[in-house]
Amino acid sequence: MRIGVVTFPGTLDDRDAQRAVRLAGGEPVALWHADTNLHTVDAVVLPGGFSFGDYLRCGAIAAQAPVMESIIKAAAGSLPVLGICNGFQVLVESHLLPGGLIRNDVQTFVCRDQKLVVENVDTPWTNEFTLGQEITIPLKNGEGGYIADAETLKRLEGEGLVAFRYKDFNPNGSMNDIAGLRNERGNVVGLMPHPEHAVEAGFGPDTSAAMRSGVDGLKFFTSVIKSLVEA
Amino acid sequence: MPKIIVEVMPKADLLDPAGKAVNSALHRNGHSEIANVRIGKRIELHFDRAVTEADIAAATKIGEEFLSNAVIEDVVSVTIEN
Repeated sequence: MRIGVVTFPGTLDDRDAQRAVRLAGGEPVALWHADTNLHTVDAVVLPGGFSFGDYLRCGAIAAQAPVMESIIKAAAGSLPVLGICNGFQVLVESHLLPGGLIRNDVQTFVCRDQKLVVENVDTPWTNEFTLGQEITIPLKNGEGGYIADAETLKRLEGEGLVAFRYKDFNPNGSMNDIAGLRNERGNVVGLMPHPEHAVEAGFGPDTSAAMRSGVDGLKFFTSVIKSLVEA
Repeated sequence: MPKIIVEVMPKADLLDPAGKAVNSALHRNGHSEIANVRIGKRIELHFDRAVTEADIAAATKIGEEFLSNAVIEDVVSVTIEN
């Protein structure tokens, strides 16, 4: 399965995302922000970083990139799209997911191993989790506070579109402890924490079993490959 | 040079951490008369010719759709400076 990983100028975690795809058994395909076609990929990851230096607003300029025009069109079909951190910001700026992300309420950059609850498993990116499962993956952002108006929040909760929620500790003031969302169809998922940094023992978060042994992030990538194989 | 100036502010009911930090610094420096600080953006669109009504309409649309994000910000003014 060919999983595209987009690199914008200022993207940081594209190589990590490519590596995560490879460890999950997929074939990573590098996509450049100026690409106008998606090179027959089966899914797309928008990785973390500081695209276009976070100028204007995080993700705002990236949302206008040529590659996004193709991704927005394909996402309206059934292309699975995962936005991680800055990628999540690109998704909200592209209106593929509702709401916005603002500066953390603590006014500092936050970097920690973050516990999450999986709130929705009916997406190509989460189908290998169990509903209510607790996972731990790294979180690292300055502008991760999720906000939306009351009506949007009500719709998100009512329609089960919250995909991940912060557990025990809300690191950035996100409304309703929202860490990640899915769209109505389920093919588009965005979250602030970084699954691609928890895919290989020795390099992930600490667990009760051993230091840096956490690999909860790998399931995002095995999920999408599974859903593509079954499709 | 003729310009259109678009000003964008964070929504009034949202926390503006940058404004809050500046406000705290001002208070430390004795400016307790300042109740609050909010920080927005001024964006200048420059033209090589006179600005037309159509340019203002276009700038307003650009302001609402790209220069600001309606979820978190408001365009507070679109003005011409010749």
